[in-house]
Amino acid sequence: MTLKILEDRLSSIAFKGKEARSRVSCGKNSVSGAVSQRACVFCGARVVLNPITDAFHLVHGPIGCASYTWDIRGSLSSGSQLYRHSFSTDLKEKDVVFGGAEKLEAAVREIVEKYQPPLIFIYSTCLVGVIGDDVEAVCRKAESQYGIRVINVKAPGFAGHKAMGYRLASEAIMKLISREPEVPKEKFGVNILGDYNLAGEAWIIGNYLKEIGVPVVTTFTGDSTCASLRRSLGALLNVVQCAGSMMYLAKGMEESFDIPFIKASFFGLADTKSALLKIADLIGSKEVRRKAAILCHRETEKAQRELSPYLPKLKGKKAAIFVGGGFKAISLMRQFEELGMETVLVGTQTGTSEDYEVIASLASKGTVILDDANPSELESFMRQKGADILVGGVKERPLAYKLGIAFCDHNHERKIPLSGFTGAVNFTKEINLSINSPVWAHLRKKPSLGIWS
Amino acid sequence: MLDQTPKELIKRDGLRINPLKTCQPVGALYAALGVKKCMPHSHGSQGCVSYHRTFLTRHFKEPAIASSSSFTEGASVFGGGANLRSSVKNIFDLYDPDIIAVHTTCLSETIGDDLNSYILEMEIPDDKLVVHCNTPSYVGSHIHGYANMVAGFIKYLADKNAPKNEKLGFFPGFVNPGDLREYKRLLELMGVEFIMLPDQTGVMDSPMTGVYEMFPKGGTTIEEIRALGGVKEALAMGDFASTEPALVLKSKCGVETKVLPLPFGVEGTDKFLMELSRISGNPVPKVLEEERGRLIDLMLDANPYFYAKRCSIFGDPDTVLGILSLALELGMKPIHLITGTPGELFERKAKEILAAYGLEGEGRVKSSGDLFELHQWIKNDGSDLLIGTSYGKQIAKAEDLPFVRAGFPVLDRYGHAYEPLLGYQGGLILAKRIADTIMDRMDRDVLDEDLEVVM
Repeated sequence: MTLKILEDRLSSIAFKGKEARSRVSCGKNSVSGAVSQRACVFCGARVVLNPITDAFHLVHGPIGCASYTWDIRGSLSSGSQLYRHSFSTDLKEKDVVFGGAEKLEAAVREIVEKYQPPLIFIYSTCLVGVIGDDVEAVCRKAESQYGIRVINVKAPGFAGHKAMGYRLASEAIMKLISREPEVPKEKFGVNILGDYNLAGEAWIIGNYLKEIGVPVVTTFTGDSTCASLRRSLGALLNVVQCAGSMMYLAKGMEESFDIPFIKASFFGLADTKSALLKIADLIGSKEVRRKAAILCHRETEKAQRELSPYLPKLKGKKAAIFVGGGFKAISLMRQFEELGMETVLVGTQTGTSEDYEVIASLASKGTVILDDANPSELESFMRQKGADILVGGVKERPLAYKLGIAFCDHNHERKIPLSGFTGAVNFTKEINLSINSPVWAHLRKKPSLGIWS
Repeated sequence: MLDQTPKELIKRDGLRINPLKTCQPVGALYAALGVKKCMPHSHGSQGCVSYHRTFLTRHFKEPAIASSSSFTEGASVFGGGANLRSSVKNIFDLYDPDIIAVHTTCLSETIGDDLNSYILEMEIPDDKLVVHCNTPSYVGSHIHGYANMVAGFIKYLADKNAPKNEKLGFFPGFVNPGDLREYKRLLELMGVEFIMLPDQTGVMDSPMTGVYEMFPKGGTTIEEIRALGGVKEALAMGDFASTEPALVLKSKCGVETKVLPLPFGVEGTDKFLMELSRISGNPVPKVLEEERGRLIDLMLDANPYFYAKRCSIFGDPDTVLGILSLALELGMKPIHLITGTPGELFERKAKEILAAYGLEGEGRVKSSGDLFELHQWIKNDGSDLLIGTSYGKQIAKAEDLPFVRAGFPVLDRYGHAYEPLLGYQGGLILAKRIADTIMDRMDRDVLDEDLEVVM
């Protein structure tokens, strides 16, 4: 089947090396009628805030949005498990007609009576955006009545795409932390932005930093609590890991509270090492720098030792990348290079034009670069390029498998930590496991004895 | 993780905790995937369809295709007509399905988009079709969405002037492809020619070939849906999922319809086969009689392990009622029956079934419930076994209960969509799952000196 591409989509696809179209247009709304892999504003806000473990995440709207986002993100908690429950107002027809504010008030009251929480986020979904409940008023009233923080996350799905939701989540966090009185600075303390502690990844990075004498004040938002977020202004530096979701917060904290930020990636050996050394440099302590150098040397050696047996099995294999943010895509390209693999396709849901410039600079000739791809485009380009493995999220997994292409989940459903030195080894093992699984042999070597009709 | 659930039952007016249902559109999407070369289309924000596809993929472990009108701020103020028009054009240009099945969302319903007139007024290529149904997310559950979409296909396509045929119209209910295959096997063994709507076999259980088909081979054809107008009669399986399509087929085409419960367990399957025998005039073949015998054999062999076990069953209404019947036949004592789907009919039916086994007025039965409430019941009453969807695993862990997965969705195990739970064969599978789970637990809990190799 030859691929048909909608005219409106053409500018979102580029081929490295063909000058006329090496720039990707991005950040546009999805085309009506396209089978997009992209999620909505609410989804963006929810995935960023949900890992705050002791907050109540109350979805104000009909049941669907609460149902689909219940306990789906493998963000681990070292304390409260409250964030894994689903709380919603489950709006009905009568609420649509008469307004849902009263029900929302009742829900907040019931939460406060039962759990005395420090913090409630109210996510207003599409329907609420249309029926016009005054959620702000409910929040104000509840805050004064109960003495807790109740923050409205106004996230109707139609207000843009997922990246807009990231921004709203950042605004909600700013609302929370900006009301904090003077927070004392913590010696060498940093915040990690954009790590959601999937499979315990934030703990791995936290341990590296602890070893070099840099305490993590809080992570935004993996395994964070209302209290840890409130202490975040005690950090000297913000380390932004997932820039797609957290740039807005990083910039806001720099402007309002003079906390500078750096972008850093902890995916892959090279990126992890340079991130740790960069943080040590900025902290400016000789001792920290010395410890960082020792740790990086030790861990890099150890990791290389562990992953070297896999390299011959992966050499020359072709990888396709389709992930949420541009920054992660860039890191993955570097990681595949470390493994001796070639990246033949790179796509993101929400990458920015700066991300795509970096991607283009890293890509080899002929690499396909595309923004907000749909399954047909992914399929067609993966086949055309002969990809051996796809790195993506849940919707891409069955697509890859159906094509007989290996798959690695680098999204919410990953069960094994993929960040840091340890993660680089895990990632290599995952890639090997999928690419070299014996199951592919059955597909490729179907006996051709004329027994199949 | 759910150990934060308090034991004390409190009346809740505003708060839904840990839902036992989801919204209508996902059911509509699943129904539309059971029509051949059909593109399900969500008329709302793009997030909706992204969630629905993900949800179905997590259960079936298959790609679930659907497009979206991708509402913007503008569309939600001025209406989504333009979005739908350009969607339909783009979908036919790009993906070339034979039919687009549009369902609405809470957003498009609330702003008052009139899909009837949008579709009437739009340009549709001659050989192509666009149908729709209304699926407001703030009414009912995914089960209603499923029923509404099946009814939508009939409203648009079933032809009351279709030439009379000798076939049976068959609405299978919201079940897995494994169940659909079992239905088909039973219908064929009984010599009943049928038109099944929808039919997700070959779509949501498509085999691995190394080729990705956006529209896999399975699905009810448009011609078959048209011919539903001329069938001899129709059987609708499941009160909640199939009554609506049955009513619509009757009122539109005058077809006699009958609603049956999902054929779970011995009696449920007996009833179903007797109905098929009446329709075809054929006796039940030996092979099915033997299957029935094997199921009863297993029930007898393992009966001490089932007997008087107090079990809690949750999930979609038709499924819970079916599992309830089988559980009672096994000699278990269901004490909790709960669904998130609203409808007082669920309570009435469940109580009738319990009463037939002398359990009148016993146990707790509820529609429009949630898992938080079920967990509270279990904290108060205890339970020996939990049967339901993957969302029960958290309760099972918190309360250290043996747990059998059955129903929709099963997100955390593989192969479930392939296995039937219906018919005698499905009964065998479900009874075996239950026995294995109960006995694995006994082995785990028993003292070393009491561990038995023969049980």
